[in-house]
Amino acid sequence: MKILICISDVPDTTTKIKFTNDNKELDQTEIQWIINPWDELALTRAIELKESLGEKIESITVINVGPAGSEPTIRKALAMGADNAIRVDADPKESYFVAYQLAEAIKSRDFDIILAGLDSADYNGASVGGMMAELLDMPSVSAISALNIENGKVFINREIEGGTQKLEAQTPFVAIVQKGIAIEPKIPAMRGIMMARTKPLEVVAPANADCLTENIVYELPQPKGACRKFTEENVNELVDVLHKEAKLI
Amino acid sequence: MNFEFTEEQKMIRQAAKDFAERELLPDVIERDTRSEFPAEHIKKLSELGFLGMMTDLKYDGGGMDTISYVLAMEEISKIDSSVSVVMSVCNSLVNWGIEKFGSEKQKEKYLRPLASGQKIGAFLLSEPEAGSDATKQRTIAEDKGDHYLVNGTKNFITNANCASTYIVIAQTDPEKGHKGINALLIEKDAPGITLGPHDDKMGMRSSDTHSVMFTDVKIPKENRIGEDGFGFKFAMQTLDGGRIGIAAQANGIAAGAFERALNYSQERKAFGTEIGNHQAIAFKLADMAVKIENARNMCLKAAWLKDQNKPFGYQSAMAKLYCADIAMEVTTEAVQIFGGYGYMKEYHVERLMREAKLTQIYEGTSEIQKIVISRSLMK
Repeated sequence: MKILICISDVPDTTTKIKFTNDNKELDQTEIQWIINPWDELALTRAIELKESLGEKIESITVINVGPAGSEPTIRKALAMGADNAIRVDADPKESYFVAYQLAEAIKSRDFDIILAGLDSADYNGASVGGMMAELLDMPSVSAISALNIENGKVFINREIEGGTQKLEAQTPFVAIVQKGIAIEPKIPAMRGIMMARTKPLEVVAPANADCLTENIVYELPQPKGACRKFTEENVNELVDVLHKEAKLI
Repeated sequence: MNFEFTEEQKMIRQAAKDFAERELLPDVIERDTRSEFPAEHIKKLSELGFLGMMTDLKYDGGGMDTISYVLAMEEISKIDSSVSVVMSVCNSLVNWGIEKFGSEKQKEKYLRPLASGQKIGAFLLSEPEAGSDATKQRTIAEDKGDHYLVNGTKNFITNANCASTYIVIAQTDPEKGHKGINALLIEKDAPGITLGPHDDKMGMRSSDTHSVMFTDVKIPKENRIGEDGFGFKFAMQTLDGGRIGIAAQANGIAAGAFERALNYSQERKAFGTEIGNHQAIAFKLADMAVKIENARNMCLKAAWLKDQNKPFGYQSAMAKLYCADIAMEVTTEAVQIFGGYGYMKEYHVERLMREAKLTQIYEGTSEIQKIVISRSLMK
């Protein structure tokens, strides 16, 4: 069985977000880039499966749509335990563009399970996995919180309102994963880090694709106001503030 | 000159940081209070390859440079130096010593399981009456023809109980002084070895420290590292490298306290504003940052020299001296910034201050570093 994981290169989740060019572009100067957390957990699960099933998992590949600057993130995935990587050499402008590039790079190759994170920590689009599956003409299952392989069959859990749905999936398919797929991301071992540079990283040229959306402007949320304390004596003042300032009542 | 870390070095630093925050932080205060050895944590650390990270890949190590080791040591030490000291002893003293000076047979038998993290090592030099004056070894390795008979006591031995492999420094020919000293590879379960009780320490309380007694311990000659009489030189050269690890540990302790103090200064309010807005605190933070930056650069320079196979003893002594002093100063100021809270265990900085003190003492006191430095100046 061959597993592919789609990974995004996103700002570290503790980054202080700033914008440039009249708030039309993300200021990337002080950003530390990481593997999108869901994608990292998806990769962790694939590695766990390989560790428990051995040769039944023939290969673990990661794919990223990004410029050369995203290679440290890809190398981290290789250090964690992916066997090889593909980078589509294009700026990941928006969801459709990325889904199209992924589908074009994947369709000539042979994978049984394609894992994608539910959404990316930067734009939270939550649409690449589904769009890519459609472009590949493959079935997809979303919101997967567990994935197991037993006797060559794939069993998955989906989180649904008020409970869990258990399914068996036919391969090939796109698995869109979320919390629960793995407990914690795998920390790369020292030998893994040293071997990462020797693993194949194939760079492929992007396909011609349109962008269906365009960023107009970014807006940051208002900074949090100071905490104010009201006592029983000034409850009328509290009601006044909630009504006039916070406009909550 | 290039101050940029490589992709691998950055990845190693991040891996160490993730490990420390995820695995060590949750119970570090509890372990310190109870002097509890972090056996499970060390097992995970060894599985990730941190204990043999600098040993060559051909002996199952990580094949990494000293700069990577320094970055990892600093990140682990920001959270828990009782753990980083295990890493330091294994990497810089035991593994490096065997890899650099051991025979091929010794490397196969002892280094391979140490480098892969299956076993832990300990370095036995200090004695009840031989600390800074390491030439006065009272532990005797009597030459009995085909073997040595070892008798004596070693003090303050890190990893004494958890280690499987000891490197023991002992006197064979007292008439030759320090040229009659040998370094021997001894397995901890050899008959005649007993351990004293766990030492109850001021800081790094959960590290595994004991005295070790040798009574008629029979060691084959093939377990001697290097030629007859090489032991003192072996110890001194190994400690030169060890000092880089302790300097990095001191920097981690300082940086850990500084980061906590910086965050606290931006949250805690007094006199109507965050205390970081008061110049008394802001200037303290500026001074701490400058000192840490200096200390890091010194430590990295010593590591770089070692990686370039250039002499590094002078710089590693300077780095160890300076970084240890800075760790003491910065942690003391961090406690001051936290005020009463800093004196409470819950806020970590008091523990970091206790840990910092040891970096001025072990692997050569600050005074010994000054001897090394001044002798280098005037030779």
